[in-house]
Amino acid sequence: MLKVKNLVVKYGVINAVRGIDLEVKKGEIVTLIGANGAGKTSTLNAIVNLVKKSGYVEFNGVDISKTKTHQIVQMGLSLVPEGRRIFINLTVEENLRMGAFNNDDKFEELKEQMYNRFPRLKDKRNQLGGTLSGGEQQMLAIARALMGTPKMLMLDEPSLGLAPKIIGEVFDIIIELSKTIPILLVEQNAFAALKIADYGYVLENGQITLQDKASNLLGNDEVRAKYLGG
Amino acid sequence: MDMQIFLQQLINGASLGSMYALIAIGYTMVYGVLRLINFAHGDIMMVGAFLTYFGMESGLSFELAALLGIIGAAIVGILTDRIAYRPLRDAPKISLLITAIGISFFLENLFTVLFGATPKAFKAPEYITKVFHIGEIYLPISVIIIPTITLIILAIVLYILYKTKYGMAIRALAFDIKTVKLMGIDADKIIMIVFMIGSALAAIGGIFYAISYPSIDPLMGVIVGLKAFAAAVLGGIGSVTGAVIGGFILGFTEILVVALFPELGGYKDAFAFFFLILVLLFKPTGIMGQDLERGRF
Repeated sequence: MLKVKNLVVKYGVINAVRGIDLEVKKGEIVTLIGANGAGKTSTLNAIVNLVKKSGYVEFNGVDISKTKTHQIVQMGLSLVPEGRRIFINLTVEENLRMGAFNNDDKFEELKEQMYNRFPRLKDKRNQLGGTLSGGEQQMLAIARALMGTPKMLMLDEPSLGLAPKIIGEVFDIIIELSKTIPILLVEQNAFAALKIADYGYVLENGQITLQDKASNLLGNDEVRAKYLGG
Repeated sequence: MDMQIFLQQLINGASLGSMYALIAIGYTMVYGVLRLINFAHGDIMMVGAFLTYFGMESGLSFELAALLGIIGAAIVGILTDRIAYRPLRDAPKISLLITAIGISFFLENLFTVLFGATPKAFKAPEYITKVFHIGEIYLPISVIIIPTITLIILAIVLYILYKTKYGMAIRALAFDIKTVKLMGIDADKIIMIVFMIGSALAAIGGIFYAISYPSIDPLMGVIVGLKAFAAAVLGGIGSVTGAVIGGFILGFTEILVVALFPELGGYKDAFAFFFLILVLLFKPTGIMGQDLERGRF
């Protein structure tokens, strides 16, 4: 579904991502784990061309290395950004409308689907996005991305700053979604991510130092020592 | 000053304020999406007035000529973004600002070279300039038409901003351009729409100006543009409603100061900038303005 080859991201003289390869197959949850500043967010942003990069990216058999961000999203590769990035000056429903910008015909139908899946969003449909709690904002960010009926979803740190109970809810949703679309999940919460993922990559200083089946990574001594707290 | 003259001046103020308001909306909307004070905006108003003038000279009716002026100005506005500003999307904001000043000089001098610097008389049709009277108050019909049309236009702009998906995208863009792109929205297209709306409104303001002070020249947009900018800051840059409020406040103040203190008439242009300085000193976010890193519009 998604193939990345020799991806490089530079900010001035700093090399945030130094030539990584990764692949997400249909039906998979793939996770990219690593410490703060390892280059996880840069990788996702580079895949959708939100930051300048070099390297090759293929989505659904099409070369999207030079495709503009909005066109990549229209092709069905959607990113739920780090920090959720809700439009705080728009209402919940307007946020969903933005997600369905190119889906006018299906807006009402999709909206009802999202309200069924996330009842709390329905209760707050006319409130400004900025008034939602962190967990609700994460639900809205995911719902907003789903309004574009993506063929694959990338999530950047969906558990960041959330209470443990809410993190559980978010991961349940990710598992549910993975039944229909492949998912690339970036997480600092390596344990939770590896537990639900099929395959995992470990990113260190912009390079992939380890990759394996998620279950193997969970048992790997080095991963345990560095990312799973012993 | 008796009541009649006061009322008359109030209506004149509303008419002048309308022009400032129409132009200020463009400043504020462009600032909202690009964080750019588009110094060429006053000149877009001039372009609108000139195209209307030439439309009438070449035999078009006033209405058709005005339409030509509005559409022409919108196209010029879109082109300035496409040619001058879009290549600088990722450049420092100061580069964008300097470019805007460059575009302003370019338009002023282009029109001077093409059409000469001498002011041209603008002949609006009689049904607009005709004077009527209520009691002792004598007024041209235009001072009623202008604020009315301005309020209708404001209602339309607010409808677009709050009820259409493009308007929502404009508001979303003012908050976060990257996330707008992640919605599969072509941000450049949304910015183009902002320039189109802003420039069309500036042209309407320019036509109103030409009707009220029946002469036009290539530098007419400079001082009016600066005053409209002051109005946008006064109302709270980034807020469309604020821009309209700021425009009307400025219009009323300017007219009333001159009416109440005729000896200060020569300083009337200074009031706008006096206001601007006061706002910047005491409430930099303006009347309707919010913290710049939060939502606008």
